[in-house]
Amino acid sequence: MMDLDPDDIFRDEDDDLGNEFYEKEATKELAVYLVDASPKMFSSTSPNEDGKDETHFDVALSCISQSLKTQIINRSYDEVAICFFNTREKKNLQDLNGVYLFNVADRDYLDRPTARLIKEFDLIEESFTKEIGSKYGIVSGSRENSLYNALWVAQALLRKGSVKTACKRMLLFTNEDDPFGSFKGASKIDMIRTTLQRAKDARDLGISIELLPLGRPEEEFNVSLFYADLIGLEGDELAQFIPSAGEKLEDMKDQLRKRMFKKRIVRKINFLIANGLSIELNTYALIRPTVPGAITWLDSVTNRALKAERSFFCADTGALLQESTKRIQIYKNETIKLSVDELSEIKRISTGNLRLLGFKPLSCLKDYHNLRPSTFLFPSDEDIIGSTRLFIAVHRSMLRLKRFGVAFYGSSSRPQLVALVAQEEIIIAGGQVEPPGMHMIYLPYSDDIRDIEELHSDSNGTAPCATDEQIKNAAALMKRIDLKDFSVCQFANPALQRHYAVLQALALEEDEIPDINDETVPDEEGMSRPGVVKSLEEFKLSVYGENYQEENGPGKAVDASKKRKAAAELAAKESAIHDWGELADNGKLKDLTVAQLKCYLTAHNLPVAGKKEALISRILTHMGK
Amino acid sequence: MARNKEALLLLIDVGPSMHNVLPEIERVCSTLIEKKLIYSKYDEVGVILFGTQDTKNELTKEVGGYEHVMVLRNIGVVDGNVLEVLQPLPRGTFPGDFLDAIIVGMDMLIKKYGPTNMGKKRLCLITNAQCPTKDPYEGTKEDQVTIIADQMTAQAMKMESIVVRGRIGAEANEKIMDENDRLLNIFSKRTRAKLVHVESPISLLGALKTRNINPVTIFRGDLEVSPKMKIKIWVYKKTTEEKIPTLKKYSDRAPPTDKFATHEVKVDYQYKRVEDPNKFVPPEQRIKGYRYGPQVVPISSAEWDAVKFKPEKSVKLLGFTDAENIMRHYYMKDVNIFIPEPGNTRAILAVSALARAMKEANKVAIVRCVWRQGQGSVVVGVLTPNISGRENIPDSFYFNVLPFAEDVREFQFPSFSNFPDSWLPTEQQQEAADNFVRMFDLAPPGKEEALPPDLTPNPVLERFYRCLEVKWNNPDAAVPPLDETLRKITESDPELLSHNESVLDEFRRAFELKENFKQLLREKPSGSNGGEDCAMIHVQSANRDTNEATSSIKIEKVGDITPIQDFEAMISRRDGPNWVDKAITEMKNKIFYLVEDSYDGDNYPKAAECLVAIRKACILEQEPKQFNDFLRHLCKFCKEKNLRSFNEFLAAKELTLISKSEAPDSEVTEDEARSFVVKSEPMLE
Repeated sequence: MMDLDPDDIFRDEDDDLGNEFYEKEATKELAVYLVDASPKMFSSTSPNEDGKDETHFDVALSCISQSLKTQIINRSYDEVAICFFNTREKKNLQDLNGVYLFNVADRDYLDRPTARLIKEFDLIEESFTKEIGSKYGIVSGSRENSLYNALWVAQALLRKGSVKTACKRMLLFTNEDDPFGSFKGASKIDMIRTTLQRAKDARDLGISIELLPLGRPEEEFNVSLFYADLIGLEGDELAQFIPSAGEKLEDMKDQLRKRMFKKRIVRKINFLIANGLSIELNTYALIRPTVPGAITWLDSVTNRALKAERSFFCADTGALLQESTKRIQIYKNETIKLSVDELSEIKRISTGNLRLLGFKPLSCLKDYHNLRPSTFLFPSDEDIIGSTRLFIAVHRSMLRLKRFGVAFYGSSSRPQLVALVAQEEIIIAGGQVEPPGMHMIYLPYSDDIRDIEELHSDSNGTAPCATDEQIKNAAALMKRIDLKDFSVCQFANPALQRHYAVLQALALEEDEIPDINDETVPDEEGMSRPGVVKSLEEFKLSVYGENYQEENGPGKAVDASKKRKAAAELAAKESAIHDWGELADNGKLKDLTVAQLKCYLTAHNLPVAGKKEALISRILTHMGK
Repeated sequence: MARNKEALLLLIDVGPSMHNVLPEIERVCSTLIEKKLIYSKYDEVGVILFGTQDTKNELTKEVGGYEHVMVLRNIGVVDGNVLEVLQPLPRGTFPGDFLDAIIVGMDMLIKKYGPTNMGKKRLCLITNAQCPTKDPYEGTKEDQVTIIADQMTAQAMKMESIVVRGRIGAEANEKIMDENDRLLNIFSKRTRAKLVHVESPISLLGALKTRNINPVTIFRGDLEVSPKMKIKIWVYKKTTEEKIPTLKKYSDRAPPTDKFATHEVKVDYQYKRVEDPNKFVPPEQRIKGYRYGPQVVPISSAEWDAVKFKPEKSVKLLGFTDAENIMRHYYMKDVNIFIPEPGNTRAILAVSALARAMKEANKVAIVRCVWRQGQGSVVVGVLTPNISGRENIPDSFYFNVLPFAEDVREFQFPSFSNFPDSWLPTEQQQEAADNFVRMFDLAPPGKEEALPPDLTPNPVLERFYRCLEVKWNNPDAAVPPLDETLRKITESDPELLSHNESVLDEFRRAFELKENFKQLLREKPSGSNGGEDCAMIHVQSANRDTNEATSSIKIEKVGDITPIQDFEAMISRRDGPNWVDKAITEMKNKIFYLVEDSYDGDNYPKAAECLVAIRKACILEQEPKQFNDFLRHLCKFCKEKNLRSFNEFLAAKELTLISKSEAPDSEVTEDEARSFVVKSEPMLE
């Protein structure tokens, strides 16, 4: 539907990048969030940003809520179910105890997220105790096993869809690392065995079970007690499992949120290093602009979707055509025909691989060597064993020697040179901020770079350059307006937030559209601190001098309107030279130049477009002659 | 006449020392002309050669001198003739004097245009500047060049000089070169002239701007440091992707007699109700629907305008931060440049002071931009200082767009340090990698950086425009192969490889790569190929050379490392009817891949071995046609793809079609089979 829309307003030229580049997500994701609602989830608290205590249950809810909001914007075809276990009430198709599926009207348990789901889920805290309730579902002496039940319910929901086309996941939030700790002897062994068997059955069906453990610094979540077996961790993987207990609650939330996203591989590529040595890489799109979804045309009478139909006509004869595979370009007055195949043949100048050409010092990578968002590369030993080892060795050498790789990436849409920049892993407060790997930066060709600097070079000699004094003042100002903890992407996109706030309000038929906070506006308060103001004044004085007049007056008139006003004044002056009435009466208007005629028109606020005759007749009309 | 038409004079040195680079000069000038024929048909072009045997210019007639400067084509509207005179360029016999050529060129431009066409007159000099210039009648050479440069400024002419040096330059007298460089530098200091030194054929192809685009500002106004301190700036695009033009769809319906037929296709959109496909909905009855999850929310344009985000046009500073806070891979789009308002000394000083202070302290500035009034979104980006290297160019900033929170996907990846030891390099491997990274160097000190983006042309564009020219001559011609010089952009430099052979060999020996057979056994659900998430299945180490192993592990794919063994194992599988076909198909693909991916024939022996294997199998399995068709196809493919050397290689190996005597089903006679390779390659004798 999207590519059929000729009026798609959001897709301006700039965004028109090859499909291949913007990953096509062939598979959809079906996820069940399993949230432990046992009293323990409510009793463990940690102070949050504002210093207030927040329970682990709150943390899980807030992660899910954020993830739902991201999902409805980015991946609205994915389906999701929210399932609490260790609950007092029960609600599920199997009628199992201690399991409660949360849902809203007009929606299956496992379905795409809707505006209503997001809204009601945000309010769940208020009604939770009353409607769902928290209760231990695994108590010694009883045969009840709420964890088992939850896995069963989730697995039943995930029966939907084929594993071939869908990625199925259970995400389990809990702070209990030893759910059967209170059991002893044979009953314990039995409970554990049946639960693990349940989980294994699910995994055998292609469902991945992921654990999102909530821990505290003083009591770390011990995954090897029970859950390692449940989620199927073995040997080395166990060592790699990150227990995730941040110093601060916010850090833990961050880590959990990151883990909730399934890593999607954009492509698998071969990286040819030299002389036939080639390793295997996966590429990931970590940064891509999020744009509002496409428009669908509706019938304004019924509000039902319309189907766009495209038809082709011959411009010469008007005959209806099939879609043509021939393209034309006028060249030297001839119509040159090229088939679609020939066009792709022209672009095929290399195999689809990434081929290393050599290394350069990082200083060779300039700030203007950029065209598109970068792509992340991470090695894989899935098909070629040894890929990871070689990648890590080269990665370390590149970091040590401060070099980047130059390679040719032979994609079919735009084969081009890329820079491979090694990124060291960065961990802050126990959480990964930058993953280790390489970033592939798309380099421009000389055809893509413009010599703007030359354009306005001063042909008579030298351009002014700041003095040391001026630079010192600028440096002082810089120190004053320093964003110490600035992190890229700390701002939400206000246009997008507004877009979805409006849609959400309309979708829920609310009258008021909530105000969104534009986080990108400068900190006026900070700027008006005396220290900042003082250094601003000093800097201004040093570069602009004493007698500098603000070019835009205090009225802050917009440039264009000010210009227009000035032009009108000038025109009035100019036009006053002539006696227009007399000229008109004697038919002498035609003897004036167009510029002179325009003065009259401008002075009287009339349109100035058109040929001379049109101008004259407009003047005559205006004079009433 | 188009308002923006440009008058361009190419001044090309064809003296003896230039002969080895003339093919590249022909190439780049042709591309320039081909692009002009499409994008700026009204531009005017002239060509002057110097260092020629003959002399042909007006100045020599009028005042004498100016020998060996030949006007190959007078200034005139660009047409196909220019391409013809450029290819091939006549080879000259005298050392060329570039100053003579510049003066002849200026004289032509002045005579033709006088004071008109201000700023649209361009001289483009291509030389190695190795030959001495003549002494002037009075004053020094420097004085003379200064006068010429000032005259150029007065006439608002631009000049680009491309100086061919280094590896591809010829042996020359250093003193003369230094003098010439000094003279050429006077031009860039005193007038709007650009000087580029190139040392490789690729850079030569990239040094000349083949498309003349009039840059337009995307913003003019204030950079608001604070509400009380503003700097007047202009913003331009610094990089933007140049693409193949969008071609129109072709319609063959117009009668051949119709000379004015456009042959274009018009596209029409109609909207129908889904439930009633016969009913069209008129445009005024349509309303836009916006998706929100599964819901589509109808909103009219007027309503939308009333509620949408409407920021004011402005560029505001948010603050400064350490450069290392903004990592390179966060740059989102093509790049803009902020220059101080031209001629505004205060703005130039303010930008200069900030840029230099930022450079010194290694800081960057974060800004919030709304380029146009009425634009529905804001961008947050980073300004990095661009300190000018030339005294007549003011300092400026580069601007890169940064991502918003919604644009970042925070995937977690395992730490390398958590990987098992078998995945981590040993000390010896690390050393081999260090040496490799150090020696495989594209920017060795003292030499020209190889493949700098600023001097590396887009090979696809060059191929496209050449293809148009080829098709213009012959509409049925095939797409021409990629230019040999440009192919070097896509492959590693053989010189660099051979220089570092020992380092490369050591590196290769240090790392052993194996195909992962275990992985091939598992039927993977297509959606869950998440690299390291996949649990490894522990199978006993598979020794693939023994029959035992091959039978226990069922091969389903022809891999890269042992294709022949894989193929044989597959074709001998008897657990399904399709394995033979599948094996043959896979092997064919593998052979194609090997041949195509071959560098200097390094894969040919392997490809030939594979061919032998598939040939043998096709005889055994009574599938001669499969092989014969394939071999014919492969040879044809190689011929078209300029891989003739592979056919020669096959002929030498005496690999032929399968004849009747080998397989009764074959339709190929023995003679035919024997002569096959020879016949398909008549150049062989």
